[in-house]
Amino acid sequence: MSKEHDKGMTLIVKVITRLTVGLILLYGIYIVLHGHISHGGGFAGGVIIALSFVNLMLAYGRDVALKKLPKSAMSFFVSAGALIFLGIALLGFSGGYFFLNFISKGEPFRLFSAGIIPLCNIAISLKVGAGLFAIFVVLVLLKFEWEKKE
Amino acid sequence: MIELYVLLVFMIIGAIIAIEMKDLLSAVIAVGAVGLGLSIVFLVLKAPDVAITQLVVEMLCLIILLRATLKKDLPFSTTGRWLLNTLITAGFIVVFLFVAIRAFKDLPEFGYPIMRVANIYLKEGLVKTGASNIVSSVILDFRAYDTLGETTVLFTAVIGVMAIVRRIGRKKKDEVVEEDDE
Repeated sequence: MSKEHDKGMTLIVKVITRLTVGLILLYGIYIVLHGHISHGGGFAGGVIIALSFVNLMLAYGRDVALKKLPKSAMSFFVSAGALIFLGIALLGFSGGYFFLNFISKGEPFRLFSAGIIPLCNIAISLKVGAGLFAIFVVLVLLKFEWEKKE
Repeated sequence: MIELYVLLVFMIIGAIIAIEMKDLLSAVIAVGAVGLGLSIVFLVLKAPDVAITQLVVEMLCLIILLRATLKKDLPFSTTGRWLLNTLITAGFIVVFLFVAIRAFKDLPEFGYPIMRVANIYLKEGLVKTGASNIVSSVILDFRAYDTLGETTVLFTAVIGVMAIVRRIGRKKKDEVVEEDDE
């Protein structure tokens, strides 16, 4: 990784990123929340959320991005997503079996419908978003021995 | 149907370019073109969920490839034993083509699948789960075990990458490393 990329890119990229990164994050959240109504779902929405943070990191450098989402927060979100998903699955035992849809189904084509499916989508998106951004950060910040000597 | 074959030819050409390029940046961009073609193929075959996921994951992979690996001079071994490698590759291609031709004869015709289990999902999915997106109702209700396994795989991958790549694991025996939280 070269030195000039630590501080981010030029002013044009920074301004465009400042205008669009919120919209990208919002679109990811939209895809997650409407995963049981229209196309998309937890995985695709989570990757879009991760991409918004990646965009921030590419444009502004690693300090700004890691201030928005520090490493401890990433670990928390990854673990929380996995545990929430497993917890929802285990709560199905209250009515009978694993992964039982124990919340009422509601009316189709509404936002609050389909029982546990939106909750599972949210859990998966937390895990995928934080996890893929963590992989990106770790791979970018990785430095080999011969690079440090330069 | 003709657009499908056009896209397939485009993807094959992109893959060949990606292999044959000496420049790493051009090769990575050719791989991205192959992924974009695959995403459009999914759209043509009327699977928008898969198309969205393919497109988004392709973008993330491309960014990771560009940003994390391209600036480093990774050691490549490009010389030696190319005759043996080519022979082995050609042999495997012949074997796989033979097996594929034998196996694809027994498959149902393209576009007319045998749907014994999926018919039930299509008919009763909306009533039983309440989700109007049938893909979501399958992966998070009928086949939720698969999704649990997939999330476990991703969780393990994240843990593995963060454990292998962390700085304290790569130090020498007598080297003192300050663990700065970067």
